[in-house]
Amino acid sequence: MTAGFIFAQFLTGLSSASSLFLVASGLSLIFGVTRIVNFAHGSFYMLGAYLAYHLIEWLPTGILPFWGSVICAALIVGVVGVIVEVVILRRIYHAPELFQLVATFGIVLVMQDAIFALFGGEDKFGSRAPGLNGVVRIFDEPIPQYDLALIALGPVVLISVWLLLNKTRWGTLVRAATQDRDMVAALGVNQAWLFTSVFFLGSALAGLGGAVQVPRESINLLMDLSIIAEAFVVVVIGGMGSIVGAFLAAVLIGELNAFGILIMPQITIVLAFLVMAVVLIVRPWGLLGKPDAIQHAGDQIDMPLREASLPGKLVGLLVIAALVAVPYVLDDFGIVLATDIIIFALFAASLHFLMGNSGMVSFGHAAYFALGAYASALVFRHLGGSMELALLIGPIAAVVGALVFGWFCVRLSGVYLAMLTLAAAQIIWSITYSWGDVTGGDDGMLGIWPSEWARSKPVFYYLTLVLCGGGVLILRKITHAPFGYVLRGGRDSSVRTESIGIHLLRHRHFGFAVAGLFAGIAGSIYVFSKGSIFPDEAAIPRSIDGLVMVLLGGVHTLAGPLVGAGVFRLLEDWISRLDFWRAILGTIIIVLVVVAPQGIAGFFHTLAIRFGLAKGRESL
Amino acid sequence: MLELNSVNAGYGKARILNQLSLTVERGKVVALLGRNGAGKSTTMKTVIGLLPVTSGQVTFQGEDITRYPCHRTAQLGMGYVPEDRRVFPDLTVDENLEVGRQPPRDARPPWTPAQLFELFPNLLERRHNQGKQLSGGEQQMLTIARTLMGNPQLILLDEPSEGLAPRIVEQMADTIIKLKESGMTILLSEQNLHFARLVADQAYVIEKGSVRFSGSITELDSKPEVLATYLAV
Repeated sequence: MTAGFIFAQFLTGLSSASSLFLVASGLSLIFGVTRIVNFAHGSFYMLGAYLAYHLIEWLPTGILPFWGSVICAALIVGVVGVIVEVVILRRIYHAPELFQLVATFGIVLVMQDAIFALFGGEDKFGSRAPGLNGVVRIFDEPIPQYDLALIALGPVVLISVWLLLNKTRWGTLVRAATQDRDMVAALGVNQAWLFTSVFFLGSALAGLGGAVQVPRESINLLMDLSIIAEAFVVVVIGGMGSIVGAFLAAVLIGELNAFGILIMPQITIVLAFLVMAVVLIVRPWGLLGKPDAIQHAGDQIDMPLREASLPGKLVGLLVIAALVAVPYVLDDFGIVLATDIIIFALFAASLHFLMGNSGMVSFGHAAYFALGAYASALVFRHLGGSMELALLIGPIAAVVGALVFGWFCVRLSGVYLAMLTLAAAQIIWSITYSWGDVTGGDDGMLGIWPSEWARSKPVFYYLTLVLCGGGVLILRKITHAPFGYVLRGGRDSSVRTESIGIHLLRHRHFGFAVAGLFAGIAGSIYVFSKGSIFPDEAAIPRSIDGLVMVLLGGVHTLAGPLVGAGVFRLLEDWISRLDFWRAILGTIIIVLVVVAPQGIAGFFHTLAIRFGLAKGRESL
Repeated sequence: MLELNSVNAGYGKARILNQLSLTVERGKVVALLGRNGAGKSTTMKTVIGLLPVTSGQVTFQGEDITRYPCHRTAQLGMGYVPEDRRVFPDLTVDENLEVGRQPPRDARPPWTPAQLFELFPNLLERRHNQGKQLSGGEQQMLTIARTLMGNPQLILLDEPSEGLAPRIVEQMADTIIKLKESGMTILLSEQNLHFARLVADQAYVIEKGSVRFSGSITELDSKPEVLATYLAV
């Protein structure tokens, strides 16, 4: 490696940092003001790239048409952002973080299908930027002119946004709103237009970030989720809401990628997440972030959990009886579907235990599902094909993983905790995806079948019912045990809980491990029910599935996860056969969040309270 | 100027205000007295629109503002100074004032930062400091100055004397009297009866979200049983 090569690599890192910064600064700006973690930001980036590509192709070649297209694409994306804000997000600003996140993920699904329908599914390769298609020799290394232009673009945008925020009345109002929204309103400022304008700017920046990538990268339908994970990392490292922090973090990650690719080509993303974990331990609010002044937990006053009443217990018994009867009533297909539902009910219940009961919102719960699943698969393959041993080791691996990641995560709270759990899941995902020799990589691991005695569909169903259904019951017991009370106390007020002498951190850590354990059990069974395992089980969409199930069922009811898993799997099974199923699922999610924020079980429970059939919250 | 008519309000299911009715006349300083938890701050928040009214009616300058969002009420000429001060911690004094700036609503000349620095001389030398760097008294002055930048016709002052040094409390009373002399209408909540006596024309005593006494300050002083029961003096 010559000095010239290292410098060239350094410049490559800077140029990719520019685009990353554009996306991350928009995300950070939007979060700072609206407190919404916007998954759809990656979709805005992807839309910007597609729009710019087609505008450039459509217009005659030239410097002016090229940059005109880039700017037009950014502006159109800004307008799309405004539409999304006005139609959907404005209605959920006061909803809990989980609802907002899931709603923005619904937007991701809709946008994926919309872009697919408009522009087609094949990868697109943009032509070089006119006027900047040559190379410059620096220390004898060829550096594309376009990269140098991008390196300049980053600081230009940084300075422009900084001036806008610090030297205009609009910027002063925006900064005031990030600190105290209500006070800004009490001083006569209409927040609605303030939020909308911030959304315009943030979305346009994402669109610009996508548009300038056209000459550098292929344009495809996977761009949205790949950029959003990186943008989250940048925003969290830089400090949520800090534009300068986002710039520093983008440069850090850009360089890390540029040099990491020389050392460990496959797992630069792991490197990025490790850096993020270290930064968050040293500075829990990122490099330039500030402690979150606003407490969110108080948004919704939660009623105390009660033990199920007699009618509640009777209903519970009826449900158990119905579940036992399944193999006698349904055909093979129905049994397989029911097996699936029970597995995911445990997965959702474990996530619910973490979120609803302990107040730790996880965006990456799939990590422990996948850990259990992969560990079981590996034990099965390498230790003599024993399902029983695999079912034992899988959950243990998940607990170990949850203890390790949890040690970092439970020290944080709110969005930062959520981001770190997402990071943990991405690490697991990239290991399963990249470590092909062991995990089979993208091809996954096949032929993981149950032992002879459990191979018939009804027997395997009963095995699932005992392990997963039993898991759900144990989780319920834990919720009603003193340990569960401590976690709920910590959820509602960490200060008060600690002041009565409880080591909350240790309890939260243990709670995290419990949630990981049960997700791992679900994962272990899942491998044997499918006979195979793929990296998808650790990916972001799987974690979101869990969130959607909890949400469908309602965060504040114990029956929620079961209802949610059932409805979600049946829904998925039905609509995944349709064209544009993503758009349909996304729309359902969005409508649900906007119309029935307490979820299905919560919705019926509210009805029951209204008609005097139930008192307070009973844990059906 | 401001009228509350049988207002019920609170947080979620907890009802704090119970059929509360009161009137504030133009140019008067009205004190809302009561113990901790009597509903003083809730009244203020409900009037400005930070809390929804469950039932009843709020009118301001003859306009029914019961269902108005907070910013609309403020734009009509109502200023709100919260009890916990809530300056924008990362914004400078100048920027805090800028956030409060609204166009004037009547013929009177609008407030300028220069005039406000005359009223609150301490703020002048700290104008480039961030809100979080100010002392408690300075923060309280800044919140009042910030509200005045909106050129309000009525100010809701939530516990202006709370947690301030005696010298600053006197300064605060002087300021309120000056504002009153300039024709400002003020509704202030207080636990400090002495402070209320200094500045207020009229008083409402509330307990559990309902009015238990209303009348002039002198009338209140002639009713020791009211003072003893509801204010524990």
